[in-house]
Amino acid sequence: MAGSPAPVPENQSTVLLGAADVARVVDRIAHQVIEKCAGGGGAGDEGAGLPDVVLVGIPTRGAPLARRLAGRIAAFAGTAVDVGTVDITLYRDDLRMRGVRALEDTVLPPEGIDGRLVVLVDDVLFSGRSVRAALDALRDLGRPRAVQLAVLVDRGHRELPIRADYVGKNVPTSRAQKVRVHLAETDGTDEVLVTEERR
Amino acid sequence: MKRHLLEAADLDRADATLVLDTAAQIDQALAGREVKKLPTLRGRTVVNLFYEDSTRTRISFELAAKRLSADVINFSAKGSSVSKGESLKDTALTLEAMGSDAIVVRHSASGAPHRLAGWVRGSVVNAGDGTHEHPTQALLDAYTIRRRLGRLDGVRVAIVGDVLHSRVARSNVWLLTTLGAEVTLVAPPTLLPVGVGSWPVQFSYDLDAVLPKADVVMVLRVQLERMNASFFPSAREYSRRYGLDAVRMAALGDEAIVMHPGPMNRGMEIAADVADSVRSTIVEQVGNGVSVRMAVLYLLLGGSPQ
Amino acid sequence: MTHLIKGARVLGGDPADLLLEDGRIAAVGERLSAAGATVVDADGLVALPGLVDLHTHLREPGREDAETVETGSRAAALGGFTAVHAMANTDPVADTAGVVEQVWRLGRQAGLVDVVPVGAVTVGLRGERLAELGAMADSAARVRVFSDDGHCVADPALMRRALEYVKAFDGVVAQHAEEPRLTAGAQMNEGDLSARLGLTGWPAAAEEAVIARDVLLAEHVGARLHVCHVSTAGSVEILRWAKSRGVQVTAEVTPHHLLLTETCAESYDPVFKVNPPLRTDADVQALRAGLADGTIDAVATDHAPHAVEDKESEWAQARPGMLGLEQALSVVLETLVEPGLLDWAGVADRMSVRPAAIGRLDGRGPRSHGRPLTPGEPANLLLLDPAARAVVDPAALASRSRNSPYAGRELPGRVVATFLRGEATVLDGKAQK
Repeated sequence: MAGSPAPVPENQSTVLLGAADVARVVDRIAHQVIEKCAGGGGAGDEGAGLPDVVLVGIPTRGAPLARRLAGRIAAFAGTAVDVGTVDITLYRDDLRMRGVRALEDTVLPPEGIDGRLVVLVDDVLFSGRSVRAALDALRDLGRPRAVQLAVLVDRGHRELPIRADYVGKNVPTSRAQKVRVHLAETDGTDEVLVTEERR
Repeated sequence: MKRHLLEAADLDRADATLVLDTAAQIDQALAGREVKKLPTLRGRTVVNLFYEDSTRTRISFELAAKRLSADVINFSAKGSSVSKGESLKDTALTLEAMGSDAIVVRHSASGAPHRLAGWVRGSVVNAGDGTHEHPTQALLDAYTIRRRLGRLDGVRVAIVGDVLHSRVARSNVWLLTTLGAEVTLVAPPTLLPVGVGSWPVQFSYDLDAVLPKADVVMVLRVQLERMNASFFPSAREYSRRYGLDAVRMAALGDEAIVMHPGPMNRGMEIAADVADSVRSTIVEQVGNGVSVRMAVLYLLLGGSPQ
Repeated sequence: MTHLIKGARVLGGDPADLLLEDGRIAAVGERLSAAGATVVDADGLVALPGLVDLHTHLREPGREDAETVETGSRAAALGGFTAVHAMANTDPVADTAGVVEQVWRLGRQAGLVDVVPVGAVTVGLRGERLAELGAMADSAARVRVFSDDGHCVADPALMRRALEYVKAFDGVVAQHAEEPRLTAGAQMNEGDLSARLGLTGWPAAAEEAVIARDVLLAEHVGARLHVCHVSTAGSVEILRWAKSRGVQVTAEVTPHHLLLTETCAESYDPVFKVNPPLRTDADVQALRAGLADGTIDAVATDHAPHAVEDKESEWAQARPGMLGLEQALSVVLETLVEPGLLDWAGVADRMSVRPAAIGRLDGRGPRSHGRPLTPGEPANLLLLDPAARAVVDPAALASRSRNSPYAGRELPGRVVATFLRGEATVLDGKAQK
């Protein structure tokens, strides 16, 4: 499956992940976060480091993704983790190349992020510029102990030295392709599509 | 959004709502932060071109631009090339040649920002032109009302005072009605423009009849020199008939708020105990002005040119 | 020079030939011939008597950067005019025999139209005391029209005296009707639009009140009164009433008030700033009807050239006024002839015969204007192609200024030729000097 991009006809979407796949992938990331953040302790010790963690979603779709992840972590580890969102629009370096965008929510837990482990959550990791903008925004919002990154899909083509700590699925793509994530909260259904962009 | 913000009459409901929502998001993003600065407009240059003295508006725009990391140049007509007879057009072209991306203009001549917009490639923001409009003031007023009362649709707003000469009143009439508020203008007949009947508002000469039905009372500054031009007989008579004092404030509903664009003539159009009461939003308006102007600058300059 | 005009429709009638000789119309008839005459093919063209403008600002002396007697004369000839009244608000003001004679002489030197100076009513246009009206009347310029145009003779006692005094030499006071206390700082017509645009209003009543006062004064002292650039429906009503009472009042309307409305101000482009201001559509309709029924006697251009820097500015800072000479006839075609409100004889009456009579240029001498196109009369006429249409390009105008409110607008009619006492000042649409 992984390895080479599936040959997709022009303007036709191929479903990369269906609803069940998305749920499975989110579950896996939740387990990985628990493992990594709980200090790798044995059974019963799971979730000991979790109160330290803040899942911060990058709007639009990173925000509901972060909430889902928090829900699964709570279910698996029995511990609630804090969730927030950081809108990165005002930190983007490509504003002058696009039309102006409406801003979205920036909400952090009342305790803030100082000294905590922030896990940024986004749907697709592509050039890395959104993550860079999010890192800049975090710097203005406080001083986390460490920052990690969780993404549903990594499609390659990085333009910055950025990598994800948790990846739901690696999808090698060409630049001509477009990867679209749909989530029930924002789009009514869970799926990941690859579309050939018509030039 | 269009390229310029020249008048509130130009904003449709979607545009106006976008500005208010953007201001709210900016407020939220900056709430409680120590670093009240965003990198959004780094490398952009905003010129404050002020042909009239207006410390509070200029500072508000300056702060808004600086919080978005734009470079700000303050150009005041006094003591500059303008006082040596340079025309508005030449000044504008000079500023643009120096690389300005936006010109925030305050001018005593109605329509000056429209003229400017025809001469420059960058964005023009009207910071008050003559007796025409002051759109960012209306936006911050609408934002303040929405924050305090939770809505604008159906809110009953009384605008009291010198409507004839007030750009704040004009901008609020267009913006607030666009956003669904019901506006009543209250003034002596001499201070309502001929043609006010064609505006989408009610008007009244009787403040006491309007107050019990108002959710918002917006008090306008009265220039004392109007007295000499027989718009009203005396400051005392004006104050007695149209001033908002504690007795009149008591006629307001429990939730009603009192606004004033500043600077106030305490004791003339508004009594000190009204201005300082819990109903008063006067200080809030100033703070909200920065957020709203950040939103405007972001929406005009944040995207790609054209 | 002898000209033989072939096949012109005189006042829109059947084609006829006109022979112009020694400054006069020598013959009018079919298949005329004359040895050595320059033949002008006028097939499809309408012949009208040379137009007479009661209200032109030539700016010389004082603002030669905006217009000179020569450039303004050329613009006038291209518009079909053979005589223009040069307003007195120059620098120095035309309030002495010396200044009016200077303007008159400059006009003769240019030789494109007869430049008829208007004398100021009061010294320096200040509205305080009468200028030496008799000296100007007796000068070589033979001034008959007196006006403080740009300023109203607001003092009722002074106005009364002026009306009375000029009776001695058959003069007329042309009043710029504007009550100054009602128009302080005024920028445009007062109404719904001024309220929205935040521009100080110029109420119609400020014009109508002065006209009403002046017709009563003219009636009382038995003097002639001329009202400049009437702009409101109410003014037309007052004039109609006054004329029905037998008051010796005449009035003019500008081309721009016949065509344009206050909505032009929405652009805040001062090319549309003028005094009196552009009014509403109802006013425009009333002015057209008033001109058609003769309540308004004349079309007068109020041609007001302004240098670029006086117009390329904020609205309030800009000087009022717009160009008019070169498009006046086209605007009358557009607003009155094509809609059927006025025929060609009517155009000749309102743009030549009556204005000449008001200015007392209509005598029997060789320098008279507004005369019929019949043998023996001075050969002052124009040839118009009524079928032509063109988009107005300010850069192509002969005026030294560019403040045409018709820029970019398509208008009907083209003046093909203009003759002043038999000399072609314009041929093939081009000025001959």
